[in-house]
Amino acid sequence: MLNMLLWIAGFIILLVKLMIILGVLLFFAGYLVWVERKFLARLQIRYGPNRAGPYGLLQPLADIVKMLVKEDTVPDGADRAFFLIAPAVVAATAILMFSVVPFGKDLTLWGQKVPLVVTDLNIGLLFVFAMSSLGVYGVALGGWASNSKYGLLGGIRGAAQMISYELPLGLSLVPIVMMAHSFSMVKIVAAQQKYPFILFQPLAFMIFAISSMAESKRIPFDLPEAENELVAGYHTEYSGMRFGLFFLGEYVHIMVFGAIMSVLFLGGWRGPFLPPVVWLLIKILAVALFMIWVRGTLPRLRYDQLMALGWKVLIPLALINILATGAVGLMIN
Amino acid sequence: MHPIASGAMSPYHAGVFSLAVYTILVMLFIASQLFLAAWLGEKKKTEEKSRPYECGMIPSGSARFRYPVPFYKVAIFFLIFDVEGAFILTWAVVYRLMGVAGFIQMSFFIVLLLAGLFYIWKQGGLDWKEV
Repeated sequence: MLNMLLWIAGFIILLVKLMIILGVLLFFAGYLVWVERKFLARLQIRYGPNRAGPYGLLQPLADIVKMLVKEDTVPDGADRAFFLIAPAVVAATAILMFSVVPFGKDLTLWGQKVPLVVTDLNIGLLFVFAMSSLGVYGVALGGWASNSKYGLLGGIRGAAQMISYELPLGLSLVPIVMMAHSFSMVKIVAAQQKYPFILFQPLAFMIFAISSMAESKRIPFDLPEAENELVAGYHTEYSGMRFGLFFLGEYVHIMVFGAIMSVLFLGGWRGPFLPPVVWLLIKILAVALFMIWVRGTLPRLRYDQLMALGWKVLIPLALINILATGAVGLMIN
Repeated sequence: MHPIASGAMSPYHAGVFSLAVYTILVMLFIASQLFLAAWLGEKKKTEEKSRPYECGMIPSGSARFRYPVPFYKVAIFFLIFDVEGAFILTWAVVYRLMGVAGFIQMSFFIVLLLAGLFYIWKQGGLDWKEV
């Protein structure tokens, strides 16, 4: 009986914790849209959204209402099942990726430990790769199922780009695993107690930053949705909340890659004076602002340049970096 | 510790149970959005509206055309390199335990991998043009 009560109490704590995590993640993803529009506007010397609320702060809410009441159209000849499920795949995999990101030390609540991470998998990093690979299905199937030539072109471009950049993404993190002796994100943060890994692995950091920008299909790598040749690429035919889910997936993706970059290279939630969660949010926001800045600065690559950068530059560099890290690591021992 | 409050089903551990609950919450969130959209959204189907968008042209022919070959080649190369990446990752966790011998074996493997990459490169497999 006591066991049962204890379990129920723990379950309620868990539910509240997970809802707060999900709520905060979605809130920040929603407001990242506002930050991006505002910051990008300032980079281009214009005002950006400024009608809904003070400084346009209610813009994300207005967007949600608009997307909910818009018609959810399915084009003629579309593969209905795949068409309907693809945006959910993109959004769900992006949100699930966040589950391995730790954001503080264990909290003690009424004598019980509450870990500040959704799940401390011992294969946390591999879980991130797995989810990121599953996200490719959403893009490829969404583009293929919509029975539109633009959609299909965007979908196959997206699939080829995402699988190509997954290799440097994965290989650039091998040195981190070597230094932390673990795939667990909690242990990787613990290994950076003295110095963040960016000091030892600047090359890996650069490769990871470039590939994660390509994975989230941001300018200069936004060929799958290049608007002046493909209309909107793989989500051309989507409207209403299904388009909203693609959009949400993209911004959650930015948040998640910001979080993973902070955890792997910038010391995670560690930092002086401020509470750990605040530090993690500051680091995520810094990464996101950098990505928006890049979007405001660089032009789009050509497709052959994109593939050449991934295959001919980043993959060899990542492999050489692994060898160098291994040699230096063994020499120090 | 109490039997139910510990172990695999314990809500106090950041384990698979926690991940399962989180997954269900995410699914519920997405389902709720799609349900709200289906409930509140406009529903006026017209012929014009449900035609695939091609900048105002009436679409001609199937939209499921054949893929250009380079995309297929990239997918094949990815398969090879991804499996090898998985191999490198398993070594990375225990590289200190495997010592110098393990490092030399792995270096041989990585150099072989690089040689393969350069071979593909030389053969023009990474060039993006019509064949």
